[in-house]
Amino acid sequence: MSQYRVLPGPEHFLPPAAASMGVYLPNPGEAHINGVIASEEKAYEEAARQFLMASVPTIFPGPLVLWAWNEKAAKKATAIRHLYNTLKECVQPGQRPMLIPMPDYRPKYPKINPEVEINPNHPNLTIWHNKIDCCMFVGVHCHQANLSLKIIRGGTSCYTIAMCAQAGHEDAMLSFRDASVEKIMTLADWVKKLKGTVKPRLTTKSGATS
Amino acid sequence: MAETKSVIGTQNKKGQTFTDPWKMLHDAPRTPSFFTGSEVIKEAVRRASCDVMIAYPITPQSEAAALIGELFAEGYIGDYFRGESEFAVMSQCAGAAFGGARVFTTTAGPGTMRAMENFPMWAGARLPIQMIVTCRGINSPLSIQPDTLEIAYLLNTGMLVWHAETAQDFFDWILKGYMVSEEPDVHLPLALCCDGFFVTHTKDVVNLTPTDMCLPPYDPYRSPVPCMDMECPPVRMMRDPFVMKSNYISYATHASWQQEIWAAVERSRKHSIHWLNGLIDTENTDQEILIVASGTAVSQGREAIRLLEDEGVRCGLVKVKTLRPWPEEEIREATKNAKHIFVPEFNVTGWLAKEIRATIPNPHRVHAGPHVCGGMTMPPEIIVQEIKTALGMKSFSLAGRGS
Repeated sequence: MSQYRVLPGPEHFLPPAAASMGVYLPNPGEAHINGVIASEEKAYEEAARQFLMASVPTIFPGPLVLWAWNEKAAKKATAIRHLYNTLKECVQPGQRPMLIPMPDYRPKYPKINPEVEINPNHPNLTIWHNKIDCCMFVGVHCHQANLSLKIIRGGTSCYTIAMCAQAGHEDAMLSFRDASVEKIMTLADWVKKLKGTVKPRLTTKSGATS
Repeated sequence: MAETKSVIGTQNKKGQTFTDPWKMLHDAPRTPSFFTGSEVIKEAVRRASCDVMIAYPITPQSEAAALIGELFAEGYIGDYFRGESEFAVMSQCAGAAFGGARVFTTTAGPGTMRAMENFPMWAGARLPIQMIVTCRGINSPLSIQPDTLEIAYLLNTGMLVWHAETAQDFFDWILKGYMVSEEPDVHLPLALCCDGFFVTHTKDVVNLTPTDMCLPPYDPYRSPVPCMDMECPPVRMMRDPFVMKSNYISYATHASWQQEIWAAVERSRKHSIHWLNGLIDTENTDQEILIVASGTAVSQGREAIRLLEDEGVRCGLVKVKTLRPWPEEEIREATKNAKHIFVPEFNVTGWLAKEIRATIPNPHRVHAGPHVCGGMTMPPEIIVQEIKTALGMKSFSLAGRGS
């Protein structure tokens, strides 16, 4: 097991890809937290805890769930909406959950509006503009997700979670794999279960987190 | 992500049954067959559920390309055509792969070099194309004979690079190669190399899986990048702002993109270990003298070990199967007891010895040689001679052979 840990940044001008530092992806039934293989159960709890601690917990759904290209995608989108609504119900005053879409990866001219949308090539802008301190990627193509996650790790202090439908992401601080409707719903259940038990980091007027 | 029903157990239009790849390659009965390497390539492709094969003639891969044309005529391949040049072929392969096809092509020597710009493009676009490289000389004076210099150029393209020793390796690795390169966390092209003629034009007994079993088809919806969309990166990359702008984040994106390709090479490690039963094979690595080789140099090394045993010198052997991913830890572990490490190679530069020297502690243990190149054969006796000379043992010159 690598000694390298995938932690919230800003890490470096150009951080290395975690896979090149010896961080391995989880096998089916597992997850990883900070680059260390963990049980899925532990990951649900930690992800829910990070969401409830954050000033601006944010979900970034990508094209694989935003576009109703098959029945499963539509069901996943519904589950993500449920997770978001659960998050809104469970946060405390001062916390500001957000749902920011990544509908596609096309360049936006003259520029993207990071207040309402995220682009994998400029994810830091969206994080900075909205003061996001914890986010979850879901339904984003793996390559684009890894680019974004690494840029976020390099230039921001945001905690990143990946709910990946495939093999997972080393460049997130916490990653699930083989994401399904059930797994998204389980995460929502964990958020509900931990409601009121986690002290949030609240944002000060200057934008810094306490 | 894709909502797909399993096709395992169903039949394709040729009546082949889509079979669980692990069962097909490990449990299915095998039939010994006496084939050339080129014929073995054809037989592997017959079972690989390839959608597209694109050909261009260059020795020594022409025969394999022509034989796959026969497969097309028989209906085993969706599409088959000849490109205008190797550069065109590799570009057309990219187009087919962008479109969601399982793509196969073959090349050799100067053709590989002519197409070189495409290989990092394939890797950057995460296209799991499989390319057979039947190595031959690339430099002047012209040679069509085996010479593995082009592998050195492929090592830094971001492709997976495997080096087959025998036709049996070729048969199994063509099929296993798709299983590794199409994993969503890998999704990279594979250059499956062999030493041309020695493998392609030599007959050998190869154990083949039944012809009525084939791999399940490629599922493009498991790709880590979007299926072909002219507006979305990586297609139409020149419209993407990060290559058109000059600022920190543009460069960071491009840099991260490149890092991601090499991260995918790293991720291929566990899948390659699973399918190839390790990235290296070892024999007697407790010995102080080791031969470390890839390709047919392994066979010559094995024979040299047999000759040395007759003289009371015991040697171990390491067969390097994958060059990318590079089996760094495995080689370090396998060579930990060795005082002398000999690396016979079919090329003038000794790229494998350089890789090994950069990997292990006390690299002065590595003797880069013997080298042959330009198509020369490597008699096991010259490996024996190299080892005996290094050990201070008396040996006879072989330079007069063939005169």
